[in-house]
Amino acid sequence: MKLTGAQILWETLVREGVDVVFGYPGGANLPIYDAMLDYPVRHVLTRHEQGAAHMADGYARASGKVGVAMATSGPGATNLVTGIATAMMDSSPTVFITGQVASKLIGFDAFQETDVTGITLPITKHNYLVTHTEEIGPVLREAFYIARTGRPGPVLVDIAKDAQQHSLEWTYDDKPIKMRGYRPDLRPTSRQIEQALEMISAAKRPLILAGRGVLLSGAMNELRQFAETANVPVAMTLLGISCFPATHPLNLGMMGMHGEAWVNQAIQEADLLLAFGMRFDDRVTGNLKTYAVNAKKIHIEIDPAEVNKNVPVDLALVGDLRDTLRQILAQMQPVSHIDWLSQIARSKGDSAVRDIQNLPPDDHLYAAHVINDLWHTTSGDAMIVTDVGQHQMWTAQYYKQDNPNMWITSGGLGTMGFGLPAAIGAKLARPEADVGAVAGDGGFQMTAAELSTAAQENVKVNVAVMNNGFLGMVRQWQEFFYERRYAATPMRSPDFVKLAEAHGLTGLRVTQRGEVVSAIQQARQTDGTVVIDFRVEQEDSVYPMVPSGADLHNMIRRPMPNPIAETAEDEI
Amino acid sequence: MYHTIVALVEDKPGVLNRVASLFRRRAFNIESLTVGHTESPGVSRMTIVVDSDDQNVERLTSYLYKLVNVIQVEDLTVLPKVTRDLAMIKVSATAENRTHIMQTVDVFRARIVDVTNSSFIIEITGDEDKIEGFVDVLRPLGIIEMVRTGIVAMARGTSPLYVNGNGNGVHA
Repeated sequence: MKLTGAQILWETLVREGVDVVFGYPGGANLPIYDAMLDYPVRHVLTRHEQGAAHMADGYARASGKVGVAMATSGPGATNLVTGIATAMMDSSPTVFITGQVASKLIGFDAFQETDVTGITLPITKHNYLVTHTEEIGPVLREAFYIARTGRPGPVLVDIAKDAQQHSLEWTYDDKPIKMRGYRPDLRPTSRQIEQALEMISAAKRPLILAGRGVLLSGAMNELRQFAETANVPVAMTLLGISCFPATHPLNLGMMGMHGEAWVNQAIQEADLLLAFGMRFDDRVTGNLKTYAVNAKKIHIEIDPAEVNKNVPVDLALVGDLRDTLRQILAQMQPVSHIDWLSQIARSKGDSAVRDIQNLPPDDHLYAAHVINDLWHTTSGDAMIVTDVGQHQMWTAQYYKQDNPNMWITSGGLGTMGFGLPAAIGAKLARPEADVGAVAGDGGFQMTAAELSTAAQENVKVNVAVMNNGFLGMVRQWQEFFYERRYAATPMRSPDFVKLAEAHGLTGLRVTQRGEVVSAIQQARQTDGTVVIDFRVEQEDSVYPMVPSGADLHNMIRRPMPNPIAETAEDEI
Repeated sequence: MYHTIVALVEDKPGVLNRVASLFRRRAFNIESLTVGHTESPGVSRMTIVVDSDDQNVERLTSYLYKLVNVIQVEDLTVLPKVTRDLAMIKVSATAENRTHIMQTVDVFRARIVDVTNSSFIIEITGDEDKIEGFVDVLRPLGIIEMVRTGIVAMARGTSPLYVNGNGNGVHA
């Protein structure tokens, strides 16, 4: 069969199971777009290539499949960069396909030429420049293989326009991929498994640190079985949220900078930390010198480069988390840690009193209240996609996510503008899911043009904007660490209701606590994307907080309420 | 301390850039880097010298393995090994010092590879200490120009670095 390079591309993508791609056409990828019309693939035209990248990322995180985004050369490709870096930091399996100027023009500063493989070298798991048609098929197969295996990540394939255009005799090559320098199939030795079992049975105060690796490896059941068999409490990283049911009695919730004080205290008091698919990010550890000094550490991690990178560990099991946990579980004896669990429960009480949910009601609409009501109204079953900032932390704290892969957020890179496009991508991956994007007024405006994409593609997501008139997290740091000198954080926004309406969508505004639930219900019942403008307390802060680089146990706590309110059971 | 790391990499365009870029973005300073062909077609061998402590070199090794084009990485620092550097040194040669230079060249087992009325190019191979010793001796005589290749290294003994077409390192 004689096919052009562009046709070979689509033949290969279809065989990789691609049914949706996100992108933007231009001069250097026109042959790819022309050929696309003959293949059963849905193309989502975004309003900016960054949106396409985040959509592919959101699609990948929601589905577990590889997300695909496309752009033309030059500015099209450079606009992808933020999205690629976001996918890299959060290990999201994605493939980015960019058009490149014709091979004979490469290196001559041609129109819309940039060195895309050079630019994306540090923010991709791997990348390719393809200048010959016969390379397109094999390179794309490798790209998908690399993107989804081992520690997943973004792979970029830059294809010269002439390679897209030329034709050759082609048949699909399905022989197994073999790359000498890439072996994603490491596993721990049986001796290491024995050592882990010995350390686990010797521990009096063990604690699991569960990260995104649990979700990527599909080890949710194994984690739960491990926790329940050995009676070990589970703390989650921001990206680990949803890997263990939030309402499970052994769940501690989020750890780190904005984790609850009692959770961080438990980490500092533990005698064994079991780090499952997490990487001891600085937002998780605080000051490394004082981090969990009394604990032995077992690290189960697929990426050897994460072992001993930030925190030296006593035992590293390098391999797939699910397989490794299965090996451990096969030999693990049930244990109870009654004293340890009750010690943790005691320190929890103080936090409940300080919780914003238990503050006496006043006229103010707090973002945390909105999130709590969102959780109630959706029965905790919505897929929540956040942007980056204060609302992200409140959502992590107050949306009790029980279901795996229903929590999507930009953790490692902390990319403002991620929320709305990632939610659109997630909805296309899981059409049956009730997808809600939570964003701040700042981040929402970074990619708000994608409302137009949602309208054109008839994608329904509900967007909750926590509108406080500030770049809230930066304002909070200015309040705490810069004497309330609010440099460039007050932000004036357009009328978000009218903005939604201008796109032919529905906009709602909420200013009172009493209106929150009905607005959420109305949004869920309305066809098409809905934007809710929640006018929340302007100078609220996320508590508790470990200041950057401070000791994990030295947190800034929410000031004690006065008078101390009783715990409102229905809001816990 | 100085670590001597050997990396076997796929001989493909851009691989040197990937390795060099890794050192830069992970904040390692390259003291010396050489690349050349090996006994296996399609495989190049890099010898990289970095000034770093053991713990960071361990990090560096696993970062190198993350590069898909890197097949195998070994830290030869503490192994018995042969290391060689090659230098070409152009010195000014006068009627008075020609003999002295030629004697010095003999003592160091170096070679004169180019001769003019007023200069020599001297080629010398050896470990770094030897070359530096030679350079110190020549310096008072007037070095016009010098170039060094950077070191290459090979572990002593029979077994090759590259076994059965597959590295024994770790990847993810």
